[in-house]
Amino acid sequence: MSYLELLKLAAPEATVAVTALAVLAIGLIRWGETPSSRRSSAFCSAVAGLGLAAAVGAVVMLPQSATLFGGMLVITPLTSLFKIICLALAFFTVVLARTDLSSRNCGEYLALVLLATIGLMLLVGSEELLMIFIGLELTGLSLYVMTAFDKTDIRSAEAGLKYFLFGSTASAFTLFGLSLIYGMSGTTGLAVIAQKLSAQPISPLLFAGIVMTLVGFAFKIAAAPFHLWAPDAYQGAPVPSAAFIASGSKVASFVVLGKIVLVGFSPDKGSAAWHAMIAGWAPVLAVLAALSILIGNLVALAQSNVRRLLAYSAVAHAGYTLLGLVAGGREGFSATLFYTTVYAFTLVGAFGVVALVRRETGGDNLINFAGLRARSPLLAGCMSIFMLSLAGLPPLAGFFGKFYLFTAALRAGENHGLLWLVALALLGSLVSLYYYLIVLKLIFVDQAASDASFVDVDPLQRIAVSVLAVLVLFFGVVPTPLVARITASLQ
Amino acid sequence: MIAWTIYVTFAGAVALLFLPRVLSRWIALVTTLAGFAISLIALFQTPIADLAHFMTIVHVPWVPILGMEYHLALDGISLTLALVTGLTAVSAVLFSWDVEHRQNEFFFWLLLVVGGSYGVFLSADLFLLFLFYELVIVPKYFLIAIWGSTNKEYGAMKLTLYSFFGGALVFIGIIAAYVTAGSLNLHDLAEFPFTPQFQSWTFPVLFIGFAVLAGIWPLHTWAPTGHVAAPTAGSMLLAGIIMKLGSYAGLRVAMNLFPQGFQMCSGYIAVFAVIGILYAAAVALRQRDLKFVIGYSSVSHMGFVLLGLATANVLGVSGAVLQMFSHGVIAALLFAVAGRMIYRRTRTRDLDALSSMNLSRALPFAAFSFVIASAASMGIPGFSGFAAEITILIGAWKIYPIAVWITGAGMVLVAAFTLRALKRTFFDTVENVKSVTSVTSLDRETFEPITLAEKLGAGLLMFATLAVGLYPKLLLDRIVPAVQAMRFLTK
Repeated sequence: MSYLELLKLAAPEATVAVTALAVLAIGLIRWGETPSSRRSSAFCSAVAGLGLAAAVGAVVMLPQSATLFGGMLVITPLTSLFKIICLALAFFTVVLARTDLSSRNCGEYLALVLLATIGLMLLVGSEELLMIFIGLELTGLSLYVMTAFDKTDIRSAEAGLKYFLFGSTASAFTLFGLSLIYGMSGTTGLAVIAQKLSAQPISPLLFAGIVMTLVGFAFKIAAAPFHLWAPDAYQGAPVPSAAFIASGSKVASFVVLGKIVLVGFSPDKGSAAWHAMIAGWAPVLAVLAALSILIGNLVALAQSNVRRLLAYSAVAHAGYTLLGLVAGGREGFSATLFYTTVYAFTLVGAFGVVALVRRETGGDNLINFAGLRARSPLLAGCMSIFMLSLAGLPPLAGFFGKFYLFTAALRAGENHGLLWLVALALLGSLVSLYYYLIVLKLIFVDQAASDASFVDVDPLQRIAVSVLAVLVLFFGVVPTPLVARITASLQ
Repeated sequence: MIAWTIYVTFAGAVALLFLPRVLSRWIALVTTLAGFAISLIALFQTPIADLAHFMTIVHVPWVPILGMEYHLALDGISLTLALVTGLTAVSAVLFSWDVEHRQNEFFFWLLLVVGGSYGVFLSADLFLLFLFYELVIVPKYFLIAIWGSTNKEYGAMKLTLYSFFGGALVFIGIIAAYVTAGSLNLHDLAEFPFTPQFQSWTFPVLFIGFAVLAGIWPLHTWAPTGHVAAPTAGSMLLAGIIMKLGSYAGLRVAMNLFPQGFQMCSGYIAVFAVIGILYAAAVALRQRDLKFVIGYSSVSHMGFVLLGLATANVLGVSGAVLQMFSHGVIAALLFAVAGRMIYRRTRTRDLDALSSMNLSRALPFAAFSFVIASAASMGIPGFSGFAAEITILIGAWKIYPIAVWITGAGMVLVAAFTLRALKRTFFDTVENVKSVTSVTSLDRETFEPITLAEKLGAGLLMFATLAVGLYPKLLLDRIVPAVQAMRFLTK
C-alpha cells in the first residue's frame, strides 16, 4: 500500500481538507475596512463551494469498490452515494451561511463546516470501530463549535455548552461500549465482529456493550430519551449550524448506525415483534423509536418557536426512521436511508426559509411567520412543501418515504409483528399534521404585522431553497432514481 | 380518454399559479368544463359492455422496485362518479364567480380537490388511489380556513384531522394487504386468497378509515361543522365529491378485496347506517342554521349509501352508487342556494331571521331552486333521489326488512326537516313570526338580483337531478353490470 494509492482513494476527504485550510487562510487576510470584509466572506464561500464541488467530482472518480486497512476506509457504491449526499448538504449549508453570519470570522466558520463534512465522510466510508469513533468525534467537535459560534447571542453559547456536555457523555458511553465489544470479539472490523459474535450466545456483558454503543448514536440522531440537547441546539445555534446538525450529521449517523447494527451486530438482532420479543438490539431500537415518536410529536404540539418545533419534530422523525433499522434486512435499511436523505434535504430547506424570515422579521417564533404568503409567495410555497412533506402528505417525498418505511417494517416480522410500531408511527403522524398545519395556517391564513415584501433576499439563497423544494416534490413523484440507486448500492 | 380529466385539471391548477389573476376564474371554468365534457363523452362513447369490468385505460410502471404502477381503469361505477365530479366542479366554479379575495389561490386549491377526486375514482393501483385520496386533504383545509365563515379555523382543522385519521387507518389496511399479497394492483389483489382471519381485522380497519370520509355515524361530526364553515364552493365539493371518495373507496377497495371480512361486518354496517339516517335527520330537525340543516341531511343521505353497500346484493349496491351521484348533485344544489344565493345577500343563515324576510318574493329563483332541491332530497318521484333510495330499499328488503321499516319511518323525518327548512326560509309570512330579529330592516329591494352564473350553475344541477330521476336507466345500465362483476355479492 503506497501513500499515493491511499491519497487516490481518500481524494474526496483530502480535497475537502485542503479546501478547509484554504478557506481558513483566506479568512485571515485583511481586506481593509468593513465594506470589503463582506467581499472576503463572499470569496470564502465561493472557495468552499468550489472545494465541495471538486470533492463531489473526486467521489465520482473513485473506483467501484476498495477496502483499506481492514475496513478503515471502504469504498462501495453505498459510501460513494452518501459521500455525495453529505457533500451536497454541506454545500447547501455554505449557501445558507452566506447571509446568516455576521461577516466576521466567516473563514473560520466555513472551515469548521468543511471539517465536520470530513468527519461525516469518514463515518460513511468506514467499517471499522476506531475509525467510526474518530469520525464521530471530528464531526461532534466541529459541530459543538459551530453551535456556539454566534458570540453575540447568549442562547448560542448555552446551546453549544449543552450540546457539548451531552455529546461528550454520549461519546464516553459509546467508547466504553465499543471497548466491551472489542473485548468480546477481539477485533474492530465490523465484518469480523459479526463472525465472532455469531459463535457465542448473547451474554449480559455483550448486551451491555451493544446498548452502550447505541447510546452514542441515539444521541447523534436525537432519539428520545437522548434528545434533550436538540431543542436548544436547533433554536440557539446559528441557523446554518442547526441545519447542518439536523441534516448532514443525521444522515451520516443513520448510515453508520445501520452498518453497525446490520453488519457488525447482525447475529444479535433479536426481535421486536409484539408478544414475541427476543433480546437483542432490535427491541432496544424499537423502544427508542416508540419513545421518540411519542415524546417528539406530543411536545412539538406546545412549541411557539419554529426552530424548537422543528427540533421536536426531528425527534419524532428519528423515531420513524429507526423503524427501518428495527425491520432490518436490505429493504429496511434502504427505506431508512431513503427517508433520512429526503428528510435531510427537507430540513435544510425549512431552515433556509427560517433563516430568511429571521433576517427580515428579527425572529423565528411562529408569529414571525404570520402572513408570509403576502410578503414572499415563493418562500411561503417552499415552506408549505417542506412542512407537508414532513407531515407525510402526497405527492411529496415524505409520503413515499413513510410508505416505504412502514411497508418494510410490516413485511419484516412474522405475522405483522411490528404492526404496533407502525400504528404508533401513524398515530404520531396524525398528531404531527396538527402542528405543521398551524405553521401553514400562520403563513397562509393570518395577516402579517407589516405587508412589506421581502426585497433584500439573497438570490442565491432563494434559488437554493427553491431547488430543495423542487427536489422534495420530485422525489415524491418520481422516487425511482433515488430508491433504485440506494437499493443497488446495498447489493 | 377519460384519463385526461386528471391531467387537464392539474394542468389548470398549475396554470392558475402562473397566469395573470384576471384570467383565473375563466381558467377554472374552462378546466372544469373540459373535465365534465370529457366524462360526458366517455359516458356516451364508451360501449356499455366495456363498462362491466374495471377496464385498464393507462398502465405504466412507476416505481418498479416496490411494484407501484401508474394504472388507471374505468367501469360504470367510476364513470358515474367521474361524472358527478365534473358536474359538481363546474357548478362550484360558477357559484364562486364572485370570489375576489386571493382568487387564483382559491381556484388552485379547488382544482386540486377536483383533480385528486378524479384520480381516486379512476385509480386501479392501490398506492396511486391512496396518493390521490390523501392529496385532497390539505386543499380542503386551505379552502375552508381562508375563504370560510362561521368558526372556520376550527371547522377546517377538525375536518382535516378527521380525514387524516381515516387516512391513517387506510394506510395500515393498505400496507397490510400489500405486504401479504405482494402486489398493489387492484385486479391482482382481488384475486388473492386472503385468509378469513386476516380479512376479519383488515376489512374493518380499511372500511372505517374510508367511512370517516363518507360521514358514517358516529364519525360524522366533521361533516356538519366542516360544511358550515366552508365557503359555498367548499361545501359543494365536500358534499358533492369528497364524501363520495370515502364511500367509493370503501366499495372498490375494502369490500371488493376482502369479501369475507365484509360478510362478517355487513350487519354492523347496516346498523350504523340506519342509526346515521335517523340520528342525523332528528338532529337536522332541531337546527337553526340553514347550513347545519343541510349538513346533517348530508349525513342522513350518506347513511342510505352505506345501507345500500351493506346489502351486498346487486340492487342495493347499484342503488348506493346511484345515491352517490344523486346526493352529490342535490347536496351541491342545496348548499349553493343556502350559501351563495341566500347567505351572500342576507348575511344570515338563521332560520328565524330568514323567515322574516319574505324571501320567496325577494328571490324567486332561489326559492324555485330550493323547492326543486328539497323535493329531490325528500325523495319525491321524478327526481334522482327517489330512484336511488327506492333501489336501495328494495335491495335492503331482501336481507334487512327491519332496517327498511325503520328507515321508512326515518324518511318521514327527512321530509319533516326538509319541509321545515323550506318553509322557514322562503314561505313564512312576516305575521306568522313571533320573534322578529333585527334583520327585518333589510327589505327585499336591497338584495342584488340572482346573477347569470348562479342561474347557470343551479340550472345545470337541477337538470342533472331531473334527468337521472326521469331516466335512471342512463346510469343504472352502466352501474349494474359493473356491480355484478364485484366479488362480494351474496348469491
